[in-house]
Amino acid sequence: MRQAFIDTTLKLLDEDPRAVAVLAEISAEPLGKAFADHPERAFNVGIREQLMIGVAGGLALTGMRPIAHSYATFLIDRAYEQIKLDLGHQGAGAILVSVGASYDGSTAGYTHMSPMDVALLDTLPGWQVHVPGHPDEVVRLLRAAMAHDEKIYIRLSTKENSRAYVDGAVVKPGSGRTVVAVGPMLDPVLEATSGLDFHVVYTNTPRPLRVVDGAILVEPYLEGTSAHLGRFDSIGVKRVDLHRYGSPKDHARWHGLDPESLRARLLAI
Amino acid sequence: MAVAAVEPLLTRLTGDEKHAPSAHSTLDVLWVLYDRVLDVSPDRLDDPDRDRFLLSKGHGPAAYYAVLAAKGFIPEAWLDDLAGAGSPLGHHPDRLRVPGVEISSGSLGHGLGLAIGTVLGLRAQGLTKPRVFVLLGDAELDEGSNHEAIAYAGASYLDCITAVVVDNQSASYAWPHGLASAFTVHGWTAETVDGRDHEAIHRALTGAHPGRPHAVVARVERKGS
Repeated sequence: MRQAFIDTTLKLLDEDPRAVAVLAEISAEPLGKAFADHPERAFNVGIREQLMIGVAGGLALTGMRPIAHSYATFLIDRAYEQIKLDLGHQGAGAILVSVGASYDGSTAGYTHMSPMDVALLDTLPGWQVHVPGHPDEVVRLLRAAMAHDEKIYIRLSTKENSRAYVDGAVVKPGSGRTVVAVGPMLDPVLEATSGLDFHVVYTNTPRPLRVVDGAILVEPYLEGTSAHLGRFDSIGVKRVDLHRYGSPKDHARWHGLDPESLRARLLAI
Repeated sequence: MAVAAVEPLLTRLTGDEKHAPSAHSTLDVLWVLYDRVLDVSPDRLDDPDRDRFLLSKGHGPAAYYAVLAAKGFIPEAWLDDLAGAGSPLGHHPDRLRVPGVEISSGSLGHGLGLAIGTVLGLRAQGLTKPRVFVLLGDAELDEGSNHEAIAYAGASYLDCITAVVVDNQSASYAWPHGLASAFTVHGWTAETVDGRDHEAIHRALTGAHPGRPHAVVARVERKGS
């Protein structure tokens, strides 16, 4: 997904004079071509995430369309007040694109994890959130986000589904309970519900959320992040600092999000 | 003195007839900016070629509002209901409520970053005429976000940006080598002037500083004195 983001950003810089990339070192190397080809619209501000968002806000105030990018924990958690004030409160929009979803950076430890990013954005008005499950979806979502001035968060993950889907796709029709899988949770959900009668629906756009009451929502970030938006059950990342490394797979298991745990949890609800 | 035009407006705004206008640390700098430096006007609020003035130090905006009223950006009647339920004017300015206000501020340390983004956005559109001025307070420079911005602006030679720091010595910890050193160490040019001396302020704000961002430290009376 990260590569799809980089390729699409480079193309958007070529195609759209409003497009601007603002980085804080992260991905500056793979996006190096942008600095060479478009020095007026591609900036690396150094390891300065507050500034990255402030600059994005200023750019938007002049009518540009900034794409700001870093690890979720630096982009969202660290720069939260800049997102609140330098974008939202100014009436300015931007496209924020993160890597390092939840425990993708498991070997780096908790300092590089942000399972709370979507919950943080939920405290602010007007953010649309995309959680793509496949690189092809990244291309579509990023291109769509360039076409307006809204506040968009695109949450990339190293975990991806075997194929792309459109938002709202009924992936596995059934007469049982509806399970809504968000982004990369789809494949684990499909494996978990194999042979069981669940109605599996996919979304890569959890904000604004369109989940029917009574469903089970399986989301790849903090469990209950979406609970305030309707009457449904939630499965997600536990609110705990494990102080552990290991692989993303290990963390999925520890958080009960591997297919086997998911199956048990879906049946228990 | 020219600021006389603002005096009755300040009184109207604050209801305070006891204090001289000098109680407002930013008044003279704001007046010189709006009267003699900024290429802005109430009939060109959205002109892409206008200069940009960003009040980063959103605290105590009475002088700002009074100058905006004196220059016709806002109706004088707005000054009578500061921070009232229906008032567009609050104790920190809101750009979506007040014509001519470029940024909403209040939380300290946001203006310089927004200014840099503004400079880069103008440049990207080939708009080379507008200059970008940011007003900060000396204590505001405590905020680390400023130092991210100061370092980057210096390293990037953003020469159309001018930071004005109104220094009323309100920071608890002084800069060992002077406030201007916070900028010059990052490659900015800097001048320190008497923040009540209009000619000195004007010279410092309009002097050439090719290839470098510029900081003007405007010293005024110590806060509370």
